[in-house]
Amino acid sequence: MKYAAAIAVGTLALAAHAGEREAELIRLVRQDCGSCHGMTLKGGLGLPLTPEALGDKPADSLVSTVMNGRPGTAMPPWKTIISEQDAEWIVKRLLEGFPEEK
Amino acid sequence: MMRWFTLLAASLLAGCVQMQSVRGTGDLGVVIERANGRVAVVETTGKTVLGRIEGLGDLSHASVVFSRDGRYAYVFGRDGGLTKVDLLTATIAKRVMQAGNSIGGAISQDGRLVVAQNYQPGGIKVFDAASLELLSEVPAAYGTEGKHSKVVGLADLTGNRFAYALFDAGQIWVTDLSDPRNPKTEKFAAGNQPYDGLVTPDGRHYLAGLFGEDGIALLDTWRPQDGARKILGGYGRGQEKLPVFKMPHLRGWAMAGGNAYLPAIGSHEVLVVDARNWQGVHRIPVKGQPVFVMARPDGRQVWVNFAFPDNGWVQVIDTVAGKVVQTLEPGKAILHMEFTPRGEAVWLSARDDNKVVVYDTATFKPLTTLPMQAPSGIFFTTRAARTGF
Repeated sequence: MKYAAAIAVGTLALAAHAGEREAELIRLVRQDCGSCHGMTLKGGLGLPLTPEALGDKPADSLVSTVMNGRPGTAMPPWKTIISEQDAEWIVKRLLEGFPEEK
Repeated sequence: MMRWFTLLAASLLAGCVQMQSVRGTGDLGVVIERANGRVAVVETTGKTVLGRIEGLGDLSHASVVFSRDGRYAYVFGRDGGLTKVDLLTATIAKRVMQAGNSIGGAISQDGRLVVAQNYQPGGIKVFDAASLELLSEVPAAYGTEGKHSKVVGLADLTGNRFAYALFDAGQIWVTDLSDPRNPKTEKFAAGNQPYDGLVTPDGRHYLAGLFGEDGIALLDTWRPQDGARKILGGYGRGQEKLPVFKMPHLRGWAMAGGNAYLPAIGSHEVLVVDARNWQGVHRIPVKGQPVFVMARPDGRQVWVNFAFPDNGWVQVIDTVAGKVVQTLEPGKAILHMEFTPRGEAVWLSARDDNKVVVYDTATFKPLTTLPMQAPSGIFFTTRAARTGF
């Protein structure tokens, strides 16, 4: 019983941790990606990141763009800031319509 | 009875506005609360918020210029909204949607024209400063395929001329609006991907920072026949460029002792340039990639904030010593700085701490903190009287 409770607590803690990371990533995308792509992600110096704008691009190439940047453009590599999993999560959410900051 | 009624109506109206007594505007300003589409009207003498104005749309990357009487703030929103805000009544005097995606604007030498610089559709638009009526526009068309460039670095010059740079076309354009309905534009090759521009305080030299290559494009607007030339080419040569998570801003013109202080791009340095011959003098190492490099009005200090992930720091360069003399941590995500008219204090916006912090520039001690929702740009009315602001 105690063991089960410990697992439950552990799972909760993990979920809380994931929620926190997601909140950080939402903020990062809205605020810091937003400084080029616009806070609403409708574009600025950088291209729009709305589902309509990204529609036909494969997710793995978008993840690669986030991680490695695009040479010759102003898009920097973010791999020193976020993990591959973070980038995958961001791209998935971008393709669905990115969540607002809470 | 009628007169009494009118009087009552008038006083009721007066009750609606937030500032009731007669006052000047020399110590007023606005703070962009970007998440809420709101601006706060502030005064720098008592360091207080006088009122808030809602409904200005998407204010990410919003910028502001002031009418020459210092009463109205023209707020350029990212969504193309241009709002004329009355600082004395804290109300919207006029508002138009002028583009799909905008990056800022400028006001003419005579104060009659407000010009917006747009990403989408790429170009500039000219408005009557009183009515916000559209007078003319200059599409930033380039090449042979009818492409339009994003416009950056718009700055006012003397004679109701405006200089700006075309990010995608690699050009500097100077548009003469002495006849505002018939713009006349001269074009100059600038270099690869100009990302922002500024004009020197005398209105003579226009500089456009280049992202796509080393160096800065310089146009002497008193000698346009010479064209734009590149300065500081190869100044950072041999160094590997760091990833740029945020473009530097060249708005905060910093000049002291005949030298100009400019943010390096892709390195942790402030560039010092001799403004007489535009040669590099030295480079000052700083804590991160600079975004704003701004001189205190007397030029003795230069304050620097940084791009993500170093945006919690602010450093102060003493221009006599030629090095950093203070490193401050005013809050999370310091996006902008603005000096009071004579520079005894500086206001700093800490976006992720939802506050503006005011520092004493002599003691480097915080004087007060004002709660704000995700503050970004801070703009004081002293800009009304300065070329390039």
